[in-house]
Amino acid sequence: MNVSLDQLFVQLASALLGALPEWARPWASILVRIGVIAALAPLIMMYLTWIERKLIARMQNRFGPTRVGRYGLLQPLADGLKMLIKEDIVPQGADRLLHLAAPILAVVPAVLLFAVLPFGRNLIAADLNVGLLYVFAVSSVSSYAIFMGGWASRSKFSIIGAMRSVAQIISYEVPGVLSVVAVIMVTGTLSMAGIVEAQGARWFVFTPWGFVGFFLFFLSGVAEVNRTPFDMPEAESELVAGFHTEYSGMKFALWYMAEFLESFAVCALAVTFFLGGWQGPPVPFWALAALLAVLIGTARLLAIPLRLLGVAAMAGAGMLWGAEPVPSWIWFLAKTYALVFVLVWFRGTLPRLRIDQLMGLAWKFFLPLGLINILAAGLWVLWPFPAGTAASAILLLASGWCLVRANNPEPLQSRTYVFAE
Amino acid sequence: MRWQALVSLGVLKGMGVTLKTFLETYPWGRGLLRTLRIPPTNGLVTVQYPDVKQQHAERFRYFPFLVYDKTPDDLRCVACKICEQECPPQCIHIVGPAKDAQGRPLKAHGRTFPVAFDIDMSICMSCRICVDVCPFDAIEMDNQYELSSSGRWEPMVYDKAKLLKSAEYFQQIKPAEASEVDARLAAKAKKAAPPPT
Repeated sequence: MNVSLDQLFVQLASALLGALPEWARPWASILVRIGVIAALAPLIMMYLTWIERKLIARMQNRFGPTRVGRYGLLQPLADGLKMLIKEDIVPQGADRLLHLAAPILAVVPAVLLFAVLPFGRNLIAADLNVGLLYVFAVSSVSSYAIFMGGWASRSKFSIIGAMRSVAQIISYEVPGVLSVVAVIMVTGTLSMAGIVEAQGARWFVFTPWGFVGFFLFFLSGVAEVNRTPFDMPEAESELVAGFHTEYSGMKFALWYMAEFLESFAVCALAVTFFLGGWQGPPVPFWALAALLAVLIGTARLLAIPLRLLGVAAMAGAGMLWGAEPVPSWIWFLAKTYALVFVLVWFRGTLPRLRIDQLMGLAWKFFLPLGLINILAAGLWVLWPFPAGTAASAILLLASGWCLVRANNPEPLQSRTYVFAE
Repeated sequence: MRWQALVSLGVLKGMGVTLKTFLETYPWGRGLLRTLRIPPTNGLVTVQYPDVKQQHAERFRYFPFLVYDKTPDDLRCVACKICEQECPPQCIHIVGPAKDAQGRPLKAHGRTFPVAFDIDMSICMSCRICVDVCPFDAIEMDNQYELSSSGRWEPMVYDKAKLLKSAEYFQQIKPAEASEVDARLAAKAKKAAPPPT
């Protein structure tokens, strides 16, 4: 049996489709892709909340959820049940139809983005040749949903939160797209699979323009999904809960789901555009299987039979596929979850930016740097290594320095306090 | 120079602090920090109640109790009502001392005793003033805190029977304080008792 771990899912799908008659295959293929994404997206979101709670807790010297299932792994299910059974309250005078439609409209683009993520070699649901354009077009719809939600709630906190959020989203879309324009220039394609394959030799993050581009794209993405330190529109201490103040129960769960799915998508896109997507160094799979076996075997909270089962499964996997390199989808997921760790790390560390600081960062720092990044990418392509690399690096460092100096905040007044005699 | 605020050095230093806190909650993380010669500090500070209970110092107090010496009717309280007067939220209610049909006080073990002694624990604020003013060391502070009840009002009023606990119990929970009280009572008893001829 020649089942490769890298192409496991592709081969499973084609085996499934091969069992069907000829006329049904295209429809079944569509249904399989939609079904997998529809099943994966809520699962990813649920366990993203688990990861966030556990990691933030550990950064704060405490455990996260530990009671609901081993390691708190059933906590997301308990949270989902809680959201389902909560009373749905709509404020008096609110626009009921928009109030209902807004969270749904927020989740739709988040899930649609999953259709063009290259999870692995040959593992894209829809390999559009304008995948990148699709990504930016679809993610812009979320600003509509947020404004609808805030407006329809008929509450001052919601309106202010919604306006701030829409301003933030449309401001950060500009540097986000500009940072990716450099990628388009270098690869010459808008297709996601094409961009990943162009990074076979070197990931774009290891070039001067790619490094700055990654920084710009990742931070713009963090701002797009309203995460700390850019979460002023939904800050509890400022606006109760901003645009989702007046939502309870399942509608709030849908807003929450949209935010988490979009943060996962932002991490996945940053990995695709700058961190080499599913490319990875040729580490043999038995090394990963051995590492996982050690981790499962030393997990103190699991019962011994369960641990032995896990170790046996890893040993079996190692024996079956040990000689192959680590599969492409594992590299993609590992890199994406590393960026998710960075997102959670930001949340555990940073205070939030004020709305004027946030907008100033987008328009006065990220936007000029994005434009200069395009010029730097052009220089990198024009002259061969090392002249092109040096020129673009010097250009970016110089312009970064100038922008930082130009953006310095006013110096604080120094005051001397004297105690009254 | 203020431009340093934007160059993210502060941000990176802050992220280093949280990463260190994250790593020192894991044993392998503490090992990693030790190899990098960074002294790990706290680690996890959660006490997983109720599987693990925090050990308290001897001076930990919660609600008061009445002390008896050998049997529950040999309680030290004489119903002088000083604690009832001094209690700031007025949660102590004393009926007594016990009197006979003619109005003369009844005595047990040579002392008067209260007919009823109620403390409303939903009001008590654990200030210890009743203990400090009692001239007879009859009321002391207990250290039990797992006292949830099934009702909001009546179950939270502790009557005399529920408040009475032995002097041995007091010695067991607060040895230093109990020894000091016993020494004081013994010295008082020696002074009051007539010297042997």
